[in-house]
Amino acid sequence: MSVPSDQFSSVLPSAEPTGAAAALDETRVPSRWGLVLKRFRRRRLAAAGLAVLVALFALAFLGPYLGHWSYTDHDFNAFLEGPSAAHWFGTTQTGADVYALTLRGMQKSLIIGLLVAVIATGLAALVGSFAGYMGGWVDRVLMWFVELLLVIPAFLIIAILSPNFRGRTWLLLVLVVAAFLWMVTARIVRGMTISLREREYVLAARYMGVSTPTIVFRHILPNVASLLIIDATINVSVAILTETGLSFFGFGVQPPDVSLGSLIADGTSSAVTYPWLFGFPAALLVLIVLSVNLVGDGLRDALDPTSGTTG
Amino acid sequence: MSSPVLQVRDLRVTFRSEGGDVKAVRGISYELARREVLGIVGESGSGKSASALAVMGLLPETARVEGSALLDGEELIGRGDRELARLRGRRIAMIFQDPLSALTPVYSIGYQLAEAVRVHRDVSADEARRRAMELLELVGIPRAGQRASAFPHEFSGGMRQRVLIAMAIANDPDVIVADEPTTALDVTIQAQILDVLRTAREATGAAILMITHDLGVIAGLADRVAVMYAGRLVETGTVDDVYGRPRMPYTLGLLGAIPRVDESGRGPLVPIEGAPPSLVDLPPGCPFAPRCPLVYDRCLEVEPALLAIGEAGQRAACHRSSVIEEGDLRPVDVFPLPPSTSPARTHDRRAQRPVVLAAEDLVRHHPVLRGAVFKRQVGTVRAVDGISFEIREGETLGLVGESGCGKTTALLEVLELRPPQGGRVVVLGRDVAQLDARERRALRRDVQVVFQDPLASLDPRLPVSDVLAEPLRTHRFPAGRTSARVRELLELVGLAPGHAARYPQQFSGGQRQRIAIARALALEPKLLVLDEPVSALDVSIRAGVINLLEGLRARLGLSYLFVAHDLSVVRHIADRVAVMYLGRLAETGDVQRVYDAPAHPYTQALLSAVPIPDPTLERERRRIILEGDPPSPADPPSGCRFRTRCPKFAALDDDLRGRCIEEDPALAAVTEDQHAACHYAEPMHVV
Repeated sequence: MSVPSDQFSSVLPSAEPTGAAAALDETRVPSRWGLVLKRFRRRRLAAAGLAVLVALFALAFLGPYLGHWSYTDHDFNAFLEGPSAAHWFGTTQTGADVYALTLRGMQKSLIIGLLVAVIATGLAALVGSFAGYMGGWVDRVLMWFVELLLVIPAFLIIAILSPNFRGRTWLLLVLVVAAFLWMVTARIVRGMTISLREREYVLAARYMGVSTPTIVFRHILPNVASLLIIDATINVSVAILTETGLSFFGFGVQPPDVSLGSLIADGTSSAVTYPWLFGFPAALLVLIVLSVNLVGDGLRDALDPTSGTTG
Repeated sequence: MSSPVLQVRDLRVTFRSEGGDVKAVRGISYELARREVLGIVGESGSGKSASALAVMGLLPETARVEGSALLDGEELIGRGDRELARLRGRRIAMIFQDPLSALTPVYSIGYQLAEAVRVHRDVSADEARRRAMELLELVGIPRAGQRASAFPHEFSGGMRQRVLIAMAIANDPDVIVADEPTTALDVTIQAQILDVLRTAREATGAAILMITHDLGVIAGLADRVAVMYAGRLVETGTVDDVYGRPRMPYTLGLLGAIPRVDESGRGPLVPIEGAPPSLVDLPPGCPFAPRCPLVYDRCLEVEPALLAIGEAGQRAACHRSSVIEEGDLRPVDVFPLPPSTSPARTHDRRAQRPVVLAAEDLVRHHPVLRGAVFKRQVGTVRAVDGISFEIREGETLGLVGESGCGKTTALLEVLELRPPQGGRVVVLGRDVAQLDARERRALRRDVQVVFQDPLASLDPRLPVSDVLAEPLRTHRFPAGRTSARVRELLELVGLAPGHAARYPQQFSGGQRQRIAIARALALEPKLLVLDEPVSALDVSIRAGVINLLEGLRARLGLSYLFVAHDLSVVRHIADRVAVMYLGRLAETGDVQRVYDAPAHPYTQALLSAVPIPDPTLERERRRIILEGDPPSPADPPSGCRFRTRCPKFAALDDDLRGRCIEEDPALAAVTEDQHAACHYAEPMHVV
């Protein structure tokens, strides 16, 4: 979700405390984002989701320092052993430490998931809303582009391109996955924008002299925020799974590097016999998606004044 | 009086909601005699529709209905749907507000009518069709035979409502329930439909239960009237008694709150403060007490019963009705009037005042396109086809006309501040065709707009503080003073500054419109364009907003372009009026002159069609009822555009008609400050 920075925030205290109005009411008039923040804080579940997400990040990036093993190490004294004091999450058939692997995978997956979601949804929001709001040739050119991308078989393209990524930063992978994930949402956003464009508050803003980008960021995007947030939370899991699929075919994160997806893929076959291989990465994936969903729900409710408690 | 055909006793309707039980109807009783028309008046949320639907058995399953409703001695409440279905349509019929959603779009009109006949009668298809034709003719649909095979979308709103009336009377019911039958219609069409309702009653002898919010409509049609407030009847009686001698403050307030088309008074209207109570948790006592100026201790403790007052069967639910009766109090005696704020204006002053907005031969045509890949133009909708008007400083121009006449298009054309398709728009002395982008933006400061629907015109995701700050930020108002200005604006329109942190949904309709007005005033504009600013509001709220607009204009020296279809409101608020018909101006001039003696036949018909909330007057009035619907603006008639519906044209002989057919009349002076676009203009008194 792209959020415009509110430069002229009306929470600024009145510069001139003289006059009847200022004397009458010294309390600050809260602005939109202040209210959204206040409403967000009030949602317990959302706050819990955010806490879990932060904890997961901390675990992924600080956790490796606590363990004794690196994800590239192999303990030749312990093959396929269950969780123990030496190997908290057990080991794989090659003696690699599952704890180290899982955390390493989680680093990748968290970043890939969140970045892809933000980039894809942000791009969809921008392209869709500007195409829908401005209409005319802007709309036509942008929509041609969207349709072009829609008919291109994404997986094939990524497969063809992936030899070029080899050796480069896997962040490139994020961009490529995101680039093929935003088109459908952009079309939906465009459709919603077209109906919003005729709303009287948008007309009122236009006749007030508000510029096009401001109208889009202030009036259009917040009113499609519910869709965008749901889309972004879904995209997190879709991105993690897409990356898994790509890794499985050897395009994404490559061994010895791992991602949650590749770990789960490897562990699936032994989920019953050696549950720790599958269980830990899977549980963490569920936790990631769940917390992102909770945060998304909270954000949606905070942005939508019609939902639940009032601000 | 013979035994009543419909007898409702202590009817209660409760809806379950998350916030608690909504007691929509809290025990109402009334009787409907044969051939009688009973009007139930109330504002939105008063329970008037719920009570009627309860009688019909049309409420959703979740609603709890208690009490009794006897149709000729037969109990309706608590009967199964199947049993009721046999009565509905045959003994008791309903006419809905929205005639489009009440007809099935995929069947022809004739088929649906014939079906209504065959459901209750064992007749052959041929016979049913014959009956359908009869009915269509009865409700005044010309060429019934041909039109019967048309589909609902091919009919205009008025025509559809006629079809619904035909359907309602198809089986000679004893009772017709009409739920706001004319609310969605234009005033000339409303007059037609009310006429058809009268015809329908003559033809079938049915009693009519007429539900509406419009006191004017009831005045001319009903024999008796019942006023509803917060789920109860608060006053009942014959129309003459209730309108002439109201004994309940709410009725008094309602009557005082409506501007009348026959009154030229410029004084403020009687506002009823506050808003109707929530029906979830009603405090004890009279539900109107918080808004009532006559309130005393007892009103807050005991809810008054509907008791007889006077001899003629009038009843009122008010502890203070004896006080009102003794003093024979009028609305202005009960409700404190805001101080009169509109300064008197004289004619010679007008010419000296600067012109704020001038439109000359303004044209806006929309192309009609067809084809999916290669669009080709198959016609032109002449939405605005050459209109000229000017507004001088401090005055209000009322632009009136029926839906589709192009008044909103004209307004949007002015607001765009871009070169129009044809003609000129001059705002504050500047021709908008010569503005560059920066100048246009600067000029927007001085021209602001208030739209019809206050909920749609406020961004639901923005708190009020940001709604009001938006114009300020856009035009670089010093950020430090924004907060103070927001509070100032809220006070200006009569809202508490502490409300700034709320969202628009948390306000009532009238308050929202006040916020929209505050936003428009944020930058101290010179011209305010008002697009039907009060038509979405309830009567009691409307008066307050009209008073506010009048007061603001006087205090801030504003000029208004006031677009409306409600002629009574325009008479009250405007100095000058321009009547639009099919993209053209039919008549313009000083409000009092035009209303007192309209010269164009269209203005005359329009004014005579406006119902007046005065039963005596309403019965005696001569109405000019226009035939048919306005033609399509894509294909206007040759010569005078109004001639296809013009009563004057119909009365002319062929020689004189020629001129109307061939020559398009221009606006010509009729009196000193009144222009009409008619070859045979002749001032006439109609209201």
